Amino acid sequence: MGTVLEDRASVGQASPPGLRAPTPGRPMRRGGGTERAGDRVARTAATAAGATILVALAGVGLFLLARGLPAVRAGQGDLPEGASSFWQLAGPLAFGSIWAAALALVFAIPVAIGVALFITMYAPRRFAGPLGAIVDVLAAIPSVVYGLWGLMVFAPMTAGLYGWLATHAGWFPLFAGQPSATGRTILTAALVLAVMVLPIIAAVCREVFGQTPTLAVEAALALGATKWEMIRMAVFPFARSGIVSGAMLGLGRALGETMAIAMVLSPTPFLVTIRLLGNTNPNTIAAAIAQNFPEAYGMEINALIGLGLILFVITFVVNYLARRMVARGARQGA
Amino acid sequence: MAVIVLDRAPTLTLTTRTVRRGRRAANTAATWVIGVLFILALVPLASLAWTAFSRGLARFDTDFLTNSMRGVVGAGGGALHAVLGTGLITGATIALSVPVGIAAAIYLVEYGRGAFARTVTFLVDVMTGIPSIVAGLFAYTVFSLVLGPGARSGLAGALALSLLMIPNVVRTSEEMLRLVPDDLREAAYALGTPKYRTIGKIVLPTAMSGIVSGVMIGVARIVGETAPLLLVAGYSDAMNYNLFSERMTTLPVFIYQQWKFKGTDVAAYDDRAWTAALMLIAFVLVLNLSSRLVARVFAPKTR
Repeated sequence: MGTVLEDRASVGQASPPGLRAPTPGRPMRRGGGTERAGDRVARTAATAAGATILVALAGVGLFLLARGLPAVRAGQGDLPEGASSFWQLAGPLAFGSIWAAALALVFAIPVAIGVALFITMYAPRRFAGPLGAIVDVLAAIPSVVYGLWGLMVFAPMTAGLYGWLATHAGWFPLFAGQPSATGRTILTAALVLAVMVLPIIAAVCREVFGQTPTLAVEAALALGATKWEMIRMAVFPFARSGIVSGAMLGLGRALGETMAIAMVLSPTPFLVTIRLLGNTNPNTIAAAIAQNFPEAYGMEINALIGLGLILFVITFVVNYLARRMVARGARQGA
Repeated sequence: MAVIVLDRAPTLTLTTRTVRRGRRAANTAATWVIGVLFILALVPLASLAWTAFSRGLARFDTDFLTNSMRGVVGAGGGALHAVLGTGLITGATIALSVPVGIAAAIYLVEYGRGAFARTVTFLVDVMTGIPSIVAGLFAYTVFSLVLGPGARSGLAGALALSLLMIPNVVRTSEEMLRLVPDDLREAAYALGTPKYRTIGKIVLPTAMSGIVSGVMIGVARIVGETAPLLLVAGYSDAMNYNLFSERMTTLPVFIYQQWKFKGTDVAAYDDRAWTAALMLIAFVLVLNLSSRLVARVFAPKTR
């Protein structure tokens, strides 16, 4: 098999077709039939499509690197928002991206687990499908619509609550500072983000909850466990890796989300703060790119592309970890 | 399955009498918390749907569907140019990504073995996680290399969206192709059918309903994309029939534009934004529903 593997792997690279053409009538290694001209064309075309994906992704990395790198050496005057160096721009934005996404997860994970439990364990089985579909509608709504909603409906509703929190719980570091009068804070943005990543996490949770071994469920109930105890003893231990990987997928989505944040948040350049309700807020990488790109020129564009590369690397790492956990969880579950 | 256990609840009530009060209280509390969390998740959806309906219907008229925003200041105008742009860019995206996606899925299922196939599988996973704005930046760098900085076109938008759609198409097609039973392939081979004809005449038609439904879901996802188009397709107020040059607005970008560049007559801009949002939501939901229908109605008859 070894030679066959290498053989297949090199198809589509520049091996001269004449050398590779098998004699007509020679049996194929897999399946059957005979390798004819049509077969060779089909195989080359399919492999070329696979190679296209490789080339496209390599292209993303290389193009962003080539165009983003000059910005690292750029100085004051060339960079967006009057930054004095690329890192002064990138650092706070990277913080903002991670902070907003982490906050969103804090809200989204418990709700997603509750939603998934409700659908898989509490709702009548007949309604499980439709209820799941309703939650999935949340994922189908475009982010720009969430932005519009967050800005015009949700943020004004929160402003009063933020004022109250700042007055009565201002001693708590997260709620300190002058509260925003518009409600367009990092907390509001994170809540909107939470709504957007909720269906992703809930979908993964629903899947792993549904795969709980029936034997464990029945054993727990037979021992007299209440439903909640059964969930804690049989469902959660089995689903832990699934929940974590679902959360990571949600994190990847939250980090890359652009429009909802760009519209809801009213940002202050170069700000790093953990205050949630203030009238000054840190910005995120994705939102900063969307806000600055249409009017950017020259080195500013390179700087924004460099920011994009940083975002790409962060989401790549997060998604890679999530996928690896999904794969490992599947192997354990099997 | 778990249902059976749930259906046996009556027998359990006998034992619950002996359950100590604390445990029963915890169980009741958990039931309430889970119910409340579920309702909590639906509150934003209800609020959003209500707002889109109540505010979007204000301008949901023939004017909106037959006019562009060219020369419009304040009230009036419409989103015809955005609908056109959405159609053109989405069409171009489908043309770019569906053939590549399906061919790559065929490669993975029918031909791919070894390290290269594993690499492609891994890269498709990576691709699903690309933030849309990064896809936009990539399309910008590619097109600015050819056409110089500041170039905006619908095609560049389609390239960015393809990058987001291809992994979707590959994933769903791959799944559907793997569902095709090997018996069918082997039966075709036994009749002396070449492999490429087996794929074209047996495997693809069997999987087609699933693939089409997957493509429709993919379209529903990219049709709402805003960020990459903001970077590479730009915004415009007028009709643009040409994918290859000049700025082109889509519905999501139209929404952003109405919010971002408000005139003094704020309500007119907000109404237009919500009407476009209503159209977009309706379109996405119809696509999602019809994809389920396609998958069910055109599924191969198993018996």
